[in-house]
Amino acid sequence: MKRDIILAGVGGQGILSIAAVIGMAAVESGLYLKQAEVHGMSQRGGAVQSHLRIADSPIASDLIPEGNCDMILSVEPMEALRYLPFLAKEGWVVTSSRTFKNIDDYPPEDDLFAEIRKLQNHVIIDAFAIAREIGSQKVSNIVMLGAASDYLGLTQESLEGALDTLFRRKGEDVVMLNIKALKAGKNGVKI
Amino acid sequence: MSRFVLLGDEAIGQGALDAGLSGVYAYPGTPSTEITEYIQKSKEAQERKVHAQWSANEKTAMEAGLGMSYAGKRALVCMKHVGLNVAADAFINAGMTGVNGGLVVVVADDPSMHSSQNEQDSRFYGKFSMVPVLEPSTQQEAYEMTRYGFDLSEKYALPVMLRITTRLAHSRSSVERKANREENPVKFPSDLKQFILLPANARKRYKMLLSTQDKLEQEGENSGLNRLEEGKDSSTGVIACGLAYNYYREVAGEAGLNHPVLKISQYPVSAKMLNQFVQQVDRVVVLEEGAPLLEESLVGVLENSYRINGRLDGLLPRDGELTPSLVKLALGVTVEPAREVPGIVKNRPPALCKGCSHIDMYNALGEALEPYGPGRVFSDIGCYTLGALPPYNAINSCVDMGASVTMAKGASDAGIRPSVAVIGDSTFTHSGMTGLLDAVVEKTPVTVIISDNSTTGMTGGQQSHATNRLVDICRGLGVEKEHIREMNPLRKHHEENRKMVSEELEYNGVSVIIAQRECIQTASRRLKSQKSKV
Ligand SMILES: Cc1ncc(C[n+]2csc(CCOP(=O)(O)OP(=O)(O)O)c2C)c(N)n1
Repeated sequence: MKRDIILAGVGGQGILSIAAVIGMAAVESGLYLKQAEVHGMSQRGGAVQSHLRIADSPIASDLIPEGNCDMILSVEPMEALRYLPFLAKEGWVVTSSRTFKNIDDYPPEDDLFAEIRKLQNHVIIDAFAIAREIGSQKVSNIVMLGAASDYLGLTQESLEGALDTLFRRKGEDVVMLNIKALKAGKNGVKI
Repeated sequence: MSRFVLLGDEAIGQGALDAGLSGVYAYPGTPSTEITEYIQKSKEAQERKVHAQWSANEKTAMEAGLGMSYAGKRALVCMKHVGLNVAADAFINAGMTGVNGGLVVVVADDPSMHSSQNEQDSRFYGKFSMVPVLEPSTQQEAYEMTRYGFDLSEKYALPVMLRITTRLAHSRSSVERKANREENPVKFPSDLKQFILLPANARKRYKMLLSTQDKLEQEGENSGLNRLEEGKDSSTGVIACGLAYNYYREVAGEAGLNHPVLKISQYPVSAKMLNQFVQQVDRVVVLEEGAPLLEESLVGVLENSYRINGRLDGLLPRDGELTPSLVKLALGVTVEPAREVPGIVKNRPPALCKGCSHIDMYNALGEALEPYGPGRVFSDIGCYTLGALPPYNAINSCVDMGASVTMAKGASDAGIRPSVAVIGDSTFTHSGMTGLLDAVVEKTPVTVIISDNSTTGMTGGQQSHATNRLVDICRGLGVEKEHIREMNPLRKHHEENRKMVSEELEYNGVSVIIAQRECIQTASRRLKSQKSKV
């Protein structure tokens, strides 16, 4: 078993939390993990990504080789496209439809979605709307994680366990909200 | 639980704690910051009262670390690569004095310049100062080599450099902890003259340093950190340093390569080992994350019969970090053309946050400067450097920490008036204060704006030594009281702020404007944590 995933978004959108949940679930499930993150300058509203690799045998490189990525999981549609050189032939793009426009020359949305729809395997979901419906737009990122969850090779229990461990500090309500977000994302799509 | 998922940086922090650390000294800098932050947050470190407060800059950190080592205890000093330029005087002379308690200096390089002004390779400093350098490939190695670094430091009574790069610093993997050991007790150096580098003593110390070099080479072989890994296909031999080893293993696994490999994680590298390796293969590909340091020493300047390929002959790019794809190309593995990034995808550079105080400061400054024309704002390093980007286009330089004040002074000396410096609060106490003293002594006409968001923002909001001290510091340095002005950078005060800047631009001497308003990131974190406590 081996999954190479690129998490994409804009600094501040919470992709490191998605990475932390998957990472913890993977390690608790006895898998190997490597996860390269972006810290520093780009976190100020710039493009950020994380290379997340999980496997049942040791992993050598912290970076995913180009053309090997099984899934680009993005919380922002333009950011989903930025990492296409990494995507494998059969790879999936799973992205939120919610745009984040902090640059003047942001492309027209129709062109953007047309570009994503050109890909053989893609899922576009309105994670923002789903998150708002269940209680808070802040959990959009966990809705996205839910949308990808069937494909990660990790059990639902291990993901919920990781959410519990990571958010317990913030209280039972926060844990429950995140678990709800995970389920809502999962039910929102079937890959 | 002895297995943890840790960043490379965090693995070093834990490794140091488990090796009997008594103090970490550091100034923040990407990608090194999380080492010190990890130790600051560690319960164990707090219980043990391990020193973990930030230092004013990398030089003060290095010297304090050396002082702790003088006292017999183990100290860790951490910085980003350019920080070592600031600490270089102390670092190189620490090689001359040697150490008492173990001293490990972690330097985090940033090839490809993800968050830096340059991509200098710190291994050159190791070579220059003739102290051992360790270069781990994995998080587990980072953990273990930190411990080994302290052992090596105490064995040879020398500081040891641990060199990492961004991709290890900021990548997580699981790390297995080993048993921890006691800290050292306070113990004076057995020779109380060891640390006095007066020429007569310094000459002795230098001869000692020179005479240990052979042993250090040998050490790299014995430690197993430099090791030969056999391979059947000797048409190419691969020398892989530090992180580059991972990329070779990744590519070899995928493409079924089986070349002999010399894995290098410790310097100086034994010449004997290199010679033996080179002789058993037809050609050598050198993979180094950073500059071609080892490659250069193998190639030399003389023509020889060995084929050495790497960054120097163009097999690999001369700049930028390595990637699995680059290593594939270098080893002749066919790479299918990757998909392209669609043309509609636009760059998304970092930007000042909405509501940031630097924005209001730049708005006031920009308007006040309009009558004088562009080109006269020397700036520095921090979030406010993002004022270089549109729509602000507000600054004309960003060179090294502290350079705003002194470059403004030099330009003023040359006749550019008004000449303005824009510097952050943490950068000012890091290395802006001494430059301001130069200007005060000469009464040089400069306007220094300290954009004080009361934190070290760019690196994630660490405590700033400048907080609540700036007026006193400027007074103490001799800036005239009437020309230390304080502004509240908010849009509603724009007009009075602009007027204040205009007045000081006209002053024919040193003036300092302190534009103080808390960073909105740290403010919102503070409010959140207050709420959760209620
Ligand atoms: C010698 C050196 N040390 C550390 C850094 C990393 N660094 C870049 S910006 C910065 C923080 C500056 O803080 P401040 O001056 O308060 O400005 P702010 O980011 O808060 O606006 C640091 C530590 C560096 N570039 N050079």
